[in-house]
Amino acid sequence: MITGFVALYIFMLAAFTGYEIIGRVPAILHTPLMSGSNFVHGIVLVGAMVALGHADGFWETLIGFIGVILAAGNAVGGYVVTERMLEMFKSSKD
Amino acid sequence: MSFWEFTVDASYFIAAVLFIIGLKRMGSPKTAKSGIKWAGIGMALATVVTLWHPAMEAGFFRYVLMILAIVIGGAGAWYTGKKVEMTAMPQMVALYNGMGGGAAAAIALVEMYSGSAFDHGTTVLTLAVIGALIGGVSFSGSLIAWAKLEGKMKKTIRLPGQQLINGSVAAITVILGIAIIASDGSAPVLVTLFFLLSLAFGVLLTNPIGGADMPVVISMYNAFTGLAVAFEGFVLGNAAMIIAGTVVGAAGTLLTLLMANGMNRSISNVLFAGFGVDDGAEADGPEGEMKSVEAFDAAASFAYSDSLIIVPGYGLAVAQAQHKLWEFVQMLEKEHDVDVKFAIHPVAGRMPGHMNVLLAEAGVPYDKIFDLEEINAEFPNADAALVIGANDVVNPAARTDESSPIYGMPILDVDKAREVYVVKRGKGTGFSGVQNALFFGDNTRMVFGDAKQVCTDLANGLKQL
Repeated sequence: MITGFVALYIFMLAAFTGYEIIGRVPAILHTPLMSGSNFVHGIVLVGAMVALGHADGFWETLIGFIGVILAAGNAVGGYVVTERMLEMFKSSKD
Repeated sequence: MSFWEFTVDASYFIAAVLFIIGLKRMGSPKTAKSGIKWAGIGMALATVVTLWHPAMEAGFFRYVLMILAIVIGGAGAWYTGKKVEMTAMPQMVALYNGMGGGAAAAIALVEMYSGSAFDHGTTVLTLAVIGALIGGVSFSGSLIAWAKLEGKMKKTIRLPGQQLINGSVAAITVILGIAIIASDGSAPVLVTLFFLLSLAFGVLLTNPIGGADMPVVISMYNAFTGLAVAFEGFVLGNAAMIIAGTVVGAAGTLLTLLMANGMNRSISNVLFAGFGVDDGAEADGPEGEMKSVEAFDAAASFAYSDSLIIVPGYGLAVAQAQHKLWEFVQMLEKEHDVDVKFAIHPVAGRMPGHMNVLLAEAGVPYDKIFDLEEINAEFPNADAALVIGANDVVNPAARTDESSPIYGMPILDVDKAREVYVVKRGKGTGFSGVQNALFFGDNTRMVFGDAKQVCTDLANGLKQL
């Protein structure tokens, strides 16, 4: 388990990383980037799988099952639309 | 530490690194394409090793369910993601984002119903509860945002005393959350009620917001989902979720602020003021005669210019005119040697950068497209400016008229170009309901008509020269 100050340090450093990554991005990429960050929180899929993996009884299993469906949708959908948008960007030298 | 424990943890670490590298690379047009692929590899790796996660209980049925759920969710999203029109991208992002928020809430529910969220002390339990709340709000709120932008919810319903109702629901939800934290985990009814109220709050919060403001809200929910994922990561002791979720939470918050700034609004103003909806009030505006010309005359004028700056707005995309426009621009460049640039306002399209995507779809290279800060100094030297489907973002009243609702909003200084041509469907006002002084300027010519038809006429006009 990641607890106490170690957890707080991870949280703080990750927050700064996120802030720094976006801070200097040209507006041209804001839409794909929003979509890309939407894809990255699709990592919720691994948590949903673990939750379903130790769910007991009908209701917990059902909620876990729905959770995995939603999370997989987030991850796959986020990837597909981001890739489609970025594929269209090209320079006049290409 | 067993072999699989080590492998899972190591893979999550690699995934977290790949996510950060991927997002970083998505920050520049040159490396963006590889960025999403790096992040994708991280996601695939993390997903596959999770099948061997030590917390998984054995059972054939369980694994069948898990794979089935991934296939259902993944295939559905794959199909819709491949099919969606570029103009509909904002609501699609909202939908996928809402699914992520729902998944985070589902994790919290399973952990609270099973009691495992109660085994690691008050801090972890509190994070589980907060994660469930913002995940639930993000889920229902994003669905409403999607429905509104998709045109499935045309009416904006405002209840009398909306703020009071919202405040009360929020307060009861928070009190229930505290009750859960104070309880010993033996009251699943509390958890259910709490979750249902968080869903209701998401609906109540999003419902009164007008379509024009929705992109800011979608971006905010994107940050919410990130945070919810991070908090549930603490509950599950999952470092990949903590890092990826927090990075997105922070990046999403910044992106939301950038968007709101671009519209000259504060977040609280977007959430609680209800601007962006027509309330029937007519604003006073400049009056005078608009001078209208035919597309052919405009085309001739452009052909004999040295430099042209085009300001495309969402109206261009709605009319699906971007391909025709680019065809016209290529003719101008190749046959008449005109230097053409595209100027994009931060809130052109339905979210920042949306217009860039729509132009890219038509084949316009990104090095011809300029942000407001880059291009504004060039308008005074431009022979001509062409405004298509944009209105409020080129209204000089934002610079000069303190009584205007859009006063202070950064605008593109189109009026400083030697000649300005504005393509517009009719004589109506923009989103804000404000009449545009630009249209009455001495150097302004109006080309009335559907954007696609006008672009076609412009191209035909060039051929006749």
